[in-house]
Amino acid sequence: MRGLLGAAFLALGLGLAQPFTVKDARGQTVTVRSIERIVSLNGVTTEILFALGVGDKVVGRDTSSYYPAAVNRLPTVGYQFQLNAEGILALKPTLVLGREDAKPPQIFDQLTAAGVTVVRVPDKPTLEGAKEKIRTIALAVGQVERGEALVRALERDLLLLRSKQRQATAKRTLRGLFLYLRGTQVTYVCGEGSNPVGMMELAGIANAAKGIKDCAQMTAEAVVAAQPDVIVVFTKGLESVGGLEGLRKLPGVMQTPAGQAGRVVAIDDLYLGGFGPRAGRAALDLFIGAYERQGLYIAGEPAQP
Amino acid sequence: MSSLRLHRSLRYRQRLLALALLLPFSLLLAAGIGAYFIPPLEIPRILWEKADQAYAVLVSIRLPRVVLAAAVGALLALSGAALQGLFRNPLADPGLIGVTSGAGLGAAIFIVLLPGAGALQVFALPLMAFIGGLLTTLLVWRLASSGGRVQVLTLLLAGIALNAAVGALIGLLISRASDEQLRSLTFWTLGGYGGATWPTLLAMAPTGLVAVWGLMRLARPLNALVLGEQEAFHLGVDLEPFKRQAVAFSALAVGTAVAAAGGVGFIGLVAPHLFRLLAGPDHRYLLPGATLLGATLSVLADLVARTAVAPAELPVGVVTSLLGAPFFIWLLLRHKREVAR
Repeated sequence: MRGLLGAAFLALGLGLAQPFTVKDARGQTVTVRSIERIVSLNGVTTEILFALGVGDKVVGRDTSSYYPAAVNRLPTVGYQFQLNAEGILALKPTLVLGREDAKPPQIFDQLTAAGVTVVRVPDKPTLEGAKEKIRTIALAVGQVERGEALVRALERDLLLLRSKQRQATAKRTLRGLFLYLRGTQVTYVCGEGSNPVGMMELAGIANAAKGIKDCAQMTAEAVVAAQPDVIVVFTKGLESVGGLEGLRKLPGVMQTPAGQAGRVVAIDDLYLGGFGPRAGRAALDLFIGAYERQGLYIAGEPAQP
Repeated sequence: MSSLRLHRSLRYRQRLLALALLLPFSLLLAAGIGAYFIPPLEIPRILWEKADQAYAVLVSIRLPRVVLAAAVGALLALSGAALQGLFRNPLADPGLIGVTSGAGLGAAIFIVLLPGAGALQVFALPLMAFIGGLLTTLLVWRLASSGGRVQVLTLLLAGIALNAAVGALIGLLISRASDEQLRSLTFWTLGGYGGATWPTLLAMAPTGLVAVWGLMRLARPLNALVLGEQEAFHLGVDLEPFKRQAVAFSALAVGTAVAAAGGVGFIGLVAPHLFRLLAGPDHRYLLPGATLLGATLSVLADLVARTAVAPAELPVGVVTSLLGAPFFIWLLLRHKREVAR
């Protein structure tokens, strides 16, 4: 019995010690030799690492990583689009994960040249993209089982959303407008191809911003013409214009059904746009805010840095 | 040879020698300090053994960055000195002839209008910036020339007009840019040495060296021009080819610098003034002196940029101004007192 246990432990030990292989965002096979010290260069990647139970191995993060709260104790290596290779190496990482479009574009080559394993994480603003992201990271850190559990949880959240949507057949589909606000001077509207709109469509809210690709400045008149039933904003964006009252003072907003009724959903940026393990819950939250509540709805899980 | 002139040239030589010693010292300092801690006394051993990660950090990350900072600082300061001499205007900076904004436009066109160039951007983007810069300067030159002659004042005005037009075009592209494209564009407006690799430096070397060689030869005509165009002409300066060379080599220098590191501000404007305050206005010493000073300032600024908030970094343009401005003010005050005496 003892021998068996010993053998089992030995096998387990060997299993964990083996290098993990993973196909990264470029479709190249990367061999991960050690996950002892991980630096994550992207908010959702950090969130997934913690959800996979390897948060204790993470030794550094970028400024967009602020969830779960435990990550805020970690040193930051700066903004994921203004990185410094030496600063990352100073944390002596064995593995660095980040989005393929991290800047400067030479950063990953510099890290590889210094002998650090780099995994480029795919980033597509769709449900499939969220699963792919979770599975890639899970493979890289040898937590395939937990990765699958996260994917199943994501699918469960979506089933719940779909059943809620079926119950709400009586209502017509609402039209939503996503406003990207950074102070009263910067008003962008996001349309096709942007993460927030991908999330709205997942939640069964139609995109009211026709003809806008990604995020672009939109004239007040076009906001009126879009006639959204609900306005979706980032929590921080809403704060930057002075809350709901400030939002209704923005030109054009009061001339829309959403502005009239004060029907606004405010949701955290990483939660809404990350397309990670919480994508299903975020879509559910959006659905509740748009279809089941009146007035301002501040969607769950405030994650304040 | 009066004793005053002798004293003068001695002072110049001393200052130049001091700067020539200061640069290697700051290069060594910058190579020895960084976010990744390497004990300075270990460095020779690490370089000798070529062993561990410390070697990779030194050789493939820190050294190219230090060299890039020095090269960019040198190119900007040298072209700044030449252009201030050409325009006989102390406020002239390398951006005046349109090359900086043109490079920004080249980069903006590439980023906004040719999306999906992910892997290409490491090589193609700097090339586009370089070409954009040179074409803009060429256009400024064509605008200013009439019948093969160029009035310096017209050149200045053409530069201002074209900078405004190019700025508007960049603004137009920015308003069409997505969030991600904006982030790439910010780099071109702020500048930085974070992307330094040996291939980048190799790509810079030919044009950079040609520009340095071309500008250094202009010391004598620049000295003659101090008296005015008429006088320079009577002193035997062939004015038109000289102006053409000054603008062309400056554009080459700045184009190379901007393509490699974006728009790092302040150095081109201030380094020549610093040398004038330290030593004097003679271009035979000013051109090499400003070059050494620009390189030193840039290396030290980058050292602060990458260590002050380690492991993150500050934009280098911010640090050049933070370091350069107080030093400049101090020199100015001292100079004021000297003049008042």
